[in-house]
Amino acid sequence: MNTDKNVGRPISRLEGREKVTGAARYAAEHPLEGLLHGYVVSSPITKGKIVEIDTTEAMAIPGVVDILSHLNRPKLAWFDLQYTDMDAPPGTVFKPLYDENILYNGQPVALVVARDFETARYASTRIVLRYQQEPHQTCLEKHLDKARAPKKGLATALKPPPPPPTGDFENAFENAAVKVSATYHHGTEHHNPIELFATTTLYQGDGKLTIYDKTQGTINNQLFIANVFGLHYKDVRVLAPFVGGAFGSGLRPQYQLFLCVMAALHLKSHVRVVLDRKQMFSFSHRPPAVQQMHFATDINGKLTALGHNTLAETSNFEDYTEPTSNWSHKLYPAPNTLFEHKVVPLDVYTPMDMRAPGGSTALHAIECTMDELAYKLKIDPLELRLLNYSDVDPSAGKPYTSKALRECYLEAAAKFGWDKRIAEPRSMQRGNKLVGYGMATGIWDAFQFPSRVQIMINSEGKMVVDNATTDIGTGTLTVMTQIAADELGLEMADVEFRYGDSKKPFSMFQGGSAITSSTGVAIVVAARSMRKKLLKKAAEMEGSPFRKAKEEEVVFSSGHIHLKNDPTVKISLKDIIAFNKGAAIKTTKMGRPHMLKLRKYSLATHSASFVEVEVDRDLGTITLTRAVTAVAAGKIINPKTAKSQILGSMVWGISKALHEESIMDPQLGKYINANLGEYHIPVHADIGELEVIFADEKDSLINELGTKGVGEIGLVGMPAAISNAIYHATGKRIYKLPIHFDELI
Amino acid sequence: METDPQHPHPQGMETHLITLKINGKQHSTNIRPWVSLLDCLRDHLDLTGTKKGCDHGQCGACTVICDGKRILSCLSLAVMKDGAEITTVEGIATKNGLHPLQQAFIDHDAFQCGYCTPGQLCSALGLLSEGRASSREEVKELMSGNLCRCGANVGIIDAIMQVKDGGSDE
Repeated sequence: MNTDKNVGRPISRLEGREKVTGAARYAAEHPLEGLLHGYVVSSPITKGKIVEIDTTEAMAIPGVVDILSHLNRPKLAWFDLQYTDMDAPPGTVFKPLYDENILYNGQPVALVVARDFETARYASTRIVLRYQQEPHQTCLEKHLDKARAPKKGLATALKPPPPPPTGDFENAFENAAVKVSATYHHGTEHHNPIELFATTTLYQGDGKLTIYDKTQGTINNQLFIANVFGLHYKDVRVLAPFVGGAFGSGLRPQYQLFLCVMAALHLKSHVRVVLDRKQMFSFSHRPPAVQQMHFATDINGKLTALGHNTLAETSNFEDYTEPTSNWSHKLYPAPNTLFEHKVVPLDVYTPMDMRAPGGSTALHAIECTMDELAYKLKIDPLELRLLNYSDVDPSAGKPYTSKALRECYLEAAAKFGWDKRIAEPRSMQRGNKLVGYGMATGIWDAFQFPSRVQIMINSEGKMVVDNATTDIGTGTLTVMTQIAADELGLEMADVEFRYGDSKKPFSMFQGGSAITSSTGVAIVVAARSMRKKLLKKAAEMEGSPFRKAKEEEVVFSSGHIHLKNDPTVKISLKDIIAFNKGAAIKTTKMGRPHMLKLRKYSLATHSASFVEVEVDRDLGTITLTRAVTAVAAGKIINPKTAKSQILGSMVWGISKALHEESIMDPQLGKYINANLGEYHIPVHADIGELEVIFADEKDSLINELGTKGVGEIGLVGMPAAISNAIYHATGKRIYKLPIHFDELI
Repeated sequence: METDPQHPHPQGMETHLITLKINGKQHSTNIRPWVSLLDCLRDHLDLTGTKKGCDHGQCGACTVICDGKRILSCLSLAVMKDGAEITTVEGIATKNGLHPLQQAFIDHDAFQCGYCTPGQLCSALGLLSEGRASSREEVKELMSGNLCRCGANVGIIDAIMQVKDGGSDE
């Protein structure tokens, strides 16, 4: 880094003004002359075949332009491979309107296209659809006997299967001094960003398409559309300047994109397709899971055996897996381990990554089991963690590039007032409320993806930085602008970061808490090259004081190159570009993880969450009164937006522990609470006092910036901390999420 | 075509000329009775600042101020509001710049994706003019019709409290 003027400062979101004035336009908000409106018809049955689609009445409604189904859709790509995407799990990709087969409830079976939204929606109710139903299986708990090993594929690279067994787990567990066995049950969750999934396709008429899409990956969706519809990728441009939340649901191209583009190409018109809230429950979810835990310690509390077996739902067409059973041994050393992860294929849509996939589910089970052990051992739960603390990753036998988890534990405990906890359950109260303290650990990946960035210095001496990433509300625009400004010693106002556009240089989708480290590092690498170019050009200028200057002898600040030992000697970037005949100087570089060096290390973010709950003695109602989460995630580029990421994911932790769940009716094979009235997420009144601490964690190994990403880690420890607090308050251990008041009466 | 009272057929559906005073400006539009105020704003008047999150009155993203009261524009038909005076997020800022509440939202990082933000802002302005909420707990309760999936709740309430206590309710 050249200077550290902006990085590390709590700068307000640069797009804030657009977001508070309504000027920010999301995928469904781009007005086009003659725009047609598509409305999706969803299957009311769960499994079987469509035997008849009668559109006579619907087509006769004035304003209806077309109704597309598998019977009359345009010819499509034939090979499954052409439908694949960067986040596709192993299996056969779901192809909308492909044939008469119904694979899951809510599957899109037709698209009504009309001149206005209301007519399209009305016409969708006048289509007569006849089905032949077949028996279905949609309940995980009922079909655990179907569990099998998941298939492996490309996506397995980011989601490795659990490590092989070590020692002699069965013997060690059988003969252990202290042990806990427990089975945890987790329900289905849906991402439910408040923005509905939507696509607006601008049909340009010259073989080119411009697509405003709700996505976390502009290039992922660009390539998908090019492959499926046989277009050159250069003729497809996907734009996502503003994304109204996604939380993983935008990692894969969703069916509204496919249907919208298909209709636009077929009708040679601009088309918009927006899903309704019920349909937001029809394309991806966090899978329900059953986790069997077997942890044991010696009489002093040292872990001797770790067993974690996960059975999780997937669809009948793709094998979705998320790392669950992998985590305990990354935190705690134990000589004997046995980890398994199996999938149960059911007649549902394929599950998908949802904020902290696997980790948030697994750490709940792991950290509640640790809590149970602590009570059995009569050791403070925090003491038990510290007793089993490891600076290395026991599962890989490698050191972490950095690990300030101990600092997280101690700083959060002190801030929270953990020392005021009375160990015995049901021993603390406030009026008619039982008060409980609970804590838990969080751990999450520190990913970095390859990312390509173009930097340009224009004739005004200003910096333009291009990358295809989105900003789904994470603060990417602000953070990248901070990094770029410091790299060339410019004011943030003199830097423009352009993003959310598949035409920009390559970025993976925005997921895995990876973009700050991915695009951020690419900016560092490209800026290094730009500094060289600018110095070289400056040296060519007539009478240049930089003729013999080496890179390490100059500094970039205030829009100039200066000599380090005599800062009064300087040339402005604007003058360099003028000398270049006004032509902008550009460079494009790839940032990538240092695989060879990093092979010797494990990479992770860590957190510690401490929570206080109140439980009403008579009604069992649970109130989260306060929580403190300390996070160790390397360097924090922007403490303001990073804090919001942690606060937001703490709210997600509260939601997972106490509120949200999609209820599957196994008779009907569908979610019966597919709306925001019955799918509960926390409202303002549900949120107590939340505090965030960033532990000081310097990481000179992980990447050029020393960053690890903060999008998910704040969620991971919260559900267990809440469950443990509820146990402390009530003496009741609830082995499922979400926990409801009726379970505590 | 047979008529089915359960399913009104759009062929017989007439458009109505309505006038709405939105953010101080008169807008006249010909509209069918089945168009919600929300879709009228977004699709007919290109005022897309008001957001659609559920279309069922469950999320609050479509909150606007109608004749001084905060309402869910997805639960009102546009024709019912003929002659009404409406403030949307596009009309909150003053000539001198952002409304103090808008600035407080930026300062407190009271949003991430920004999609629920227009509804939160309109709802909060409605709340402040209702004068019912005095404590932080009451503000939380009376803002609970506006969901935020990014979890910016703390920032949202902090921003509202700052403006409420600063007395900058304009």
